[in-house]
Amino acid sequence: MWLKVRYLGFDPPHQSDTRTVYIANKFPQHGHYIPQRFADNRIISSKYTIWNFIPKNLFEQFRRIANFYFLIIFLVQLMIDTPTSPITSGLPLFFVITVTAIKQGYEDWLRHKADNEVNGAPVFVVRSGSLVQTRSKNIRVGDIVRVAKDETFPADLVLLSSDRAEGTCHITTTSLDGETNLKTHYSVPETAVSQSVSRLESLQAVVECQQPEADLYRFVGRITVTQQGEEIVRPLGPENLLLRGARLKNTKEIFGVAVYTGMESKMALNYKCKSQKRSAVEKSMNTFLIIYLGILLFEAILSTILKYAWQAENKWDEPFYNQKTDQERNSSQILKFISDFLAFLVLYNFIIPISLYVTVEMQKFLGSFFIGWDLDLYHEESDQKAQVNTSDLNEELGQVEYVFTDKTGTLTENEMQFRECSINGIKYQEINGKLIPEGMTEDSPDGAVPCLVRFSSAGEDSVYKSKCVYTFQNKEEELFLKAVSLCHTVQISYDQVDGPGDPFSHANGFSPQMEYYASSPDEKALVEATKRMGVTFIGSHGEIMEIKTFGKAEKYKLLHVLEFDADRRRMSVILQKPSGEKVLFTKGAESAVLPYSTSGEIDKTRVHVDEFALKGLRTLVVACRHFSADEYQEVDRRLHEARTALQQREERLVEVFNFIEKDLELLGATGVEDKLQDKVQETIESLRLAGIKVWVLTGDKHETAVSVSLSCGHFHRTMNILELVKQKSDSECAEQLRRLARRYNTSSHFTQHGLVVDGASLSLALREHEKLFMEVCKNCSAVLCCRMAPLQKAKVVRLLKTSPEKPITLAIGDGANDVSMIQEAHVGIGIMGKEGRQAVRNSDYAIARFKFLAKLLLVHGHFYYIRIATLVQYFFYKNVCFITPQFLYQFFCLFSQQVSTLYDSVYLTLYNICFTSLPILVYSLFEQLVHPHVLQSKPALYRDISKNSLLSFKTFLYWTFLGFCHAFIFFFGSYTLMGEDTTLMGNGQMFGNWTFGTLVFTVMVITVTLKLALETHFWTWMNHFVTWGSIAFYFIFSLFYGGIIWPFLHTQDMYFIFVQLLSSGSAWFAIFIIVITCLFPDVIKKVFYRHLQPTSTQKSQFIEAYQGIGCVDSMCCFSEGQNACSRLGRLVERMMGRCDPARATRSWSDSDTFFSNDRSILTLSPMEVSHC
Amino acid sequence: MKNEGEASEQPDNTAFTQQQLPAWQPILSAGIVIPGFLIIGLAFLGIGIGLFLTSQTIQVLEMDYTGVEKDSPCFQCTIQSVQNCTCEVTFSLSALFTGPVFFYYGLSNYFQNFRKYGVSKDYYQLTGDTQYFKSPRDVCFPYSHDSKNNPIVPCGAIANSMFNDTFELYQIINGTKKKVPLDGKGISWWTDFNIKYRNPSSVNGSFASAFDGTVKPINWPKAAYELDLTDPNNNGFLNQDFLVWMRRAALPQFRKLYRRITEGDYAGGLPAGNYSLTVHYNYPVLSFDGRKKLVFSNVSWMGGKNDFLGIAYLVVGSLCVVMSVVMLIVYAKFKFSDDDDA
Repeated sequence: MWLKVRYLGFDPPHQSDTRTVYIANKFPQHGHYIPQRFADNRIISSKYTIWNFIPKNLFEQFRRIANFYFLIIFLVQLMIDTPTSPITSGLPLFFVITVTAIKQGYEDWLRHKADNEVNGAPVFVVRSGSLVQTRSKNIRVGDIVRVAKDETFPADLVLLSSDRAEGTCHITTTSLDGETNLKTHYSVPETAVSQSVSRLESLQAVVECQQPEADLYRFVGRITVTQQGEEIVRPLGPENLLLRGARLKNTKEIFGVAVYTGMESKMALNYKCKSQKRSAVEKSMNTFLIIYLGILLFEAILSTILKYAWQAENKWDEPFYNQKTDQERNSSQILKFISDFLAFLVLYNFIIPISLYVTVEMQKFLGSFFIGWDLDLYHEESDQKAQVNTSDLNEELGQVEYVFTDKTGTLTENEMQFRECSINGIKYQEINGKLIPEGMTEDSPDGAVPCLVRFSSAGEDSVYKSKCVYTFQNKEEELFLKAVSLCHTVQISYDQVDGPGDPFSHANGFSPQMEYYASSPDEKALVEATKRMGVTFIGSHGEIMEIKTFGKAEKYKLLHVLEFDADRRRMSVILQKPSGEKVLFTKGAESAVLPYSTSGEIDKTRVHVDEFALKGLRTLVVACRHFSADEYQEVDRRLHEARTALQQREERLVEVFNFIEKDLELLGATGVEDKLQDKVQETIESLRLAGIKVWVLTGDKHETAVSVSLSCGHFHRTMNILELVKQKSDSECAEQLRRLARRYNTSSHFTQHGLVVDGASLSLALREHEKLFMEVCKNCSAVLCCRMAPLQKAKVVRLLKTSPEKPITLAIGDGANDVSMIQEAHVGIGIMGKEGRQAVRNSDYAIARFKFLAKLLLVHGHFYYIRIATLVQYFFYKNVCFITPQFLYQFFCLFSQQVSTLYDSVYLTLYNICFTSLPILVYSLFEQLVHPHVLQSKPALYRDISKNSLLSFKTFLYWTFLGFCHAFIFFFGSYTLMGEDTTLMGNGQMFGNWTFGTLVFTVMVITVTLKLALETHFWTWMNHFVTWGSIAFYFIFSLFYGGIIWPFLHTQDMYFIFVQLLSSGSAWFAIFIIVITCLFPDVIKKVFYRHLQPTSTQKSQFIEAYQGIGCVDSMCCFSEGQNACSRLGRLVERMMGRCDPARATRSWSDSDTFFSNDRSILTLSPMEVSHC
Repeated sequence: MKNEGEASEQPDNTAFTQQQLPAWQPILSAGIVIPGFLIIGLAFLGIGIGLFLTSQTIQVLEMDYTGVEKDSPCFQCTIQSVQNCTCEVTFSLSALFTGPVFFYYGLSNYFQNFRKYGVSKDYYQLTGDTQYFKSPRDVCFPYSHDSKNNPIVPCGAIANSMFNDTFELYQIINGTKKKVPLDGKGISWWTDFNIKYRNPSSVNGSFASAFDGTVKPINWPKAAYELDLTDPNNNGFLNQDFLVWMRRAALPQFRKLYRRITEGDYAGGLPAGNYSLTVHYNYPVLSFDGRKKLVFSNVSWMGGKNDFLGIAYLVVGSLCVVMSVVMLIVYAKFKFSDDDDA
């Protein structure tokens, strides 16, 4: 139907389900064709342009509650007569907005730069009969693009032709889905012949395909080629589509027609649009702000009402000494009421701390440097340090409850390594490229030909002075190695050789640059291993496979490949030996091969395979079968029939395969190690002790994933593994879920469960049975999801994120396939691995190795969280302290006509900006409650801060209450001092209202600063400097401010106020006693809590103090610091009278390893284990 | 550790970048707090006793002369129609009132802290800037111009409402009144008198001419340049009483220094005996339920009589001691079970 429509030239651009692409944009000449409109090939990751930056950025900034609030306050101040000038709130607001805009503008500029680099990359396009170089962004849908070897595809292309006659090419999609193998893509035969620009020019073809969608593995379309007036229609599938971001390998050049470009390419669709991530702390901050807004409104309304209550009596409203103007008398009551309310609002508005946002942003920005600076997060081999892309989420690192990790390249090095094999019942190990039977060492003293096989080319011979005899000891070994080197689907790529893609031209030269590409990394590792051992796979061309056994080339004719499938879990090849004999080699999982084996050392091999598996190796069993001529004929016939069958081809093939793969002769087994990254197991273990659940999400096969999961300690051997795989229907899936739920319900509570889910089952489970699935997941201590598409990974993350508990999630991965998950999670971490920089670019933090995650979360996350949580609480506290005396003062001036202010407006503006800003900033940059090593060696400390505990409503109330109490003490302390109406000076003179305000303010600045000093546990010289410096600065500033007649001020209210205040002895005594009274209950509370209900963090502090770790470990420990520490330690010991030195020493040695120079991730001290 | 010439990503290994700055890590444990509280508590008790005793030595004499009650001496002055009312308040001292004695007047229910009131003055006028004599700043409104639109100097509500009762003190010795000399110097802040407030410079040798074209505040009986007819230097904006009044009080009940008794026979204090105070009663306070007071007081180094500080120190000091004892008991009883984790 739609074909017809197209010919009518009626193709509404966006409504249709398909898009029609005229190759080389040769639109039909006849008819009135309306071209469809497609996106251009620009990739846009930036948020702003020059034109919309200011409005858009301002809009986004004012969406923040606080910013909007201050804007309103500022406008109110401009409109009505208020006690404070508009500058007091306008200036800080302007400052905040500007700083944020500059920061965001800079970040966007970086994105623009990256985009331009991608969009400006040179590409070759066929235009008007010749190859034209242009920029990537200029590619339009329908353009024919030429891509050369090792280049990435600039758009989603349908392959037209390659330099190979059969029109195939190899690509890797590493940066898209993380798979490292070579994939073969095909062109349709009608276009494959158009290998040159001129022939492409004459090509008349139209591609029809679906509109863009995100699924990487789905593509449906058809191509209509007009040849000699005849239309040939061919179907197109994913094997014809070359995805943007994939890389051409092993093929000199290809031509393809662009079908999806720019933001419509599958790669771009797989990137979730960037939404700004907000940390949990910011969310609680917003809640607190709203509560404070409530307090503010309450105070303002109360003040307004009380004011009118007083004003009812004229003698209060308008005493003779303070008469109103006519205008005031006559203005409408409602208007007056509103303006009074607004005036009170403005007076109290400082209770909402505007500088909170600036300080938080500064703290995050500056604090994030510590991640990059951390030597423990620096990877020496690759010379990479940790990288911070967003500093907004620092504290979220301390709140993580779920970690979603990719497998390949994240947990593993992405390097398979052959380790052991079992041949004919004898176990061998590979040591330095030699196979050595178990129990013998390489340099066996008896020299009894321990290494049986070893290949050496003539040149290498002299280098390796080996005692080995270069022959096979027996037939079985030879057969085994040949089987391994032949039974696979490995491709060869000759790097740095630009000859035509004929592998056999190198057969004799034996290029060392030869590189294997395989659909499974295991195969690659195996073929590489046999190469080391002397049986080299040189290449396959058409039906011929060639291997070289100790330099002797042998050619095998490949008759059939019985492809791998997940049900059979094995694959086979049928080959014709040079001798003409026909043989089948099979390789597969032991459960898929051993039952069909009839001869060979079956039992011994089974034992060996189990041993390999226990070592965490990935095992494969190899077997063979020799066919007689008759047998082969039968096999060949049945295979041919099955393959050409039109109906039930799948089933028939399975049947034939089963017929062929039987009566096998067992040759042996292999053990391949997917090399885990360093210390993955320890990292996962400490994350688990920290109360973090680890989920592994991988695109890998079920078996592979489980085996890696086991070897990295994610799954334990003792774990009860629940499986939800290969579910085909909804009901089946639900049934299985229920079964699993029953299983963990019936098992004892001590059994740990691990869940394995595959992508298909997962999407079924998520569609209908989300609740049930979540239920099962929560009961599992480890979850493994395999066969996941990139967006599915993101979906899983979202599922957890949006579950009722709203846990904080962290996603970590290295490939482009992890990008959507990284962006979806609360915190996204990129691993700087081998698979490009995409993940790193889209992540919030990037680290070089998985093991760094432990320190990033347990130490940095802990620090950042504590710092910012205290920062937020303290800010609210200090602003309550600041504004409540203002409120109280209103009671003593009858909520006067216009609001009276207690403080001078300069003090009002500078309180948050100068007098109290630096100590908290320095605190929030340097505070360490516990030493980093202790944090890392005791992951359980992470639980102390989980669930945003320091910003819980209780703590918030405590701080607010404390603020109110302190404010009452300041105010009424000063009030009783001055309210007795007596002179406070030795010369009998009296103080005025400004002196009263200054006294309150002085007490407040000192108390608020000292309160933070009480909170500070880690006093570096900077803390001393800013804490005492702030108080000193306040005094110096006040002396200066009050010591000069300021020419630009209209009043000199503050002139000499401060000096007069300080000249009074009573004032000094009053300041002292008020400050002490404020802090006294707080100290008592702290002491009682610490001793009667210590948190584990506080316990660790004690241990630390006894041991003086802080000093011992510190790299540049001043001697006096050490003395101070040990003195303190001794003092504590003496006071407590129960610190047994022997015990302290013992626990010191327990954790000794963590304090040595080897900055290792700990092994867990036994006490810790028992605790959890 | 790394090659100098090589550009390496390796972060610097300094105490700062590795967050390992040497640091003092105090822990608020009972071991420190118990003796600390004890010491602080004892010190505070000591200070408290000192302050309390000091405060006790100060003598204060306070009299309300508003005249609310019918039998009070100034009752007749509270009647609106009476002009230039004078009344006499008598008191007797049974012992020597040690000098120097400070003589205050006090007002209550009087809100000098209203914002509108507080800003209602023109600082530039008060520094003698005659430019602002012609056009007082808007903040003075409605006390900036009189009904004929002449500018008021000094403008504003504060100046306009200046306290204008005056007092004369006599000791009655054998029925005769002996005037006690009152010293009006040095009752305002030194900086106010010497720096902050300035008179306009005289025009043609006449101080009054500087005020040409302006009118006195509405409530004032005399212009600013006539405030003290006895002392030409105590006029204009540098009049001591004016300066004292202009320093607004913080709270609705306040005292202001009126005079000091430092001269002649009374330099050592007021001897025991009977005294009479003549009050020139001008200032109305009853309209807003206010009260007027007279206060005689002497001072110590810490100012006037103020028991608050001494009591506060005693209370906090004893609380500290009590808490340290409580903590000690709790500690002894529960052994502060913080060592169970090792």
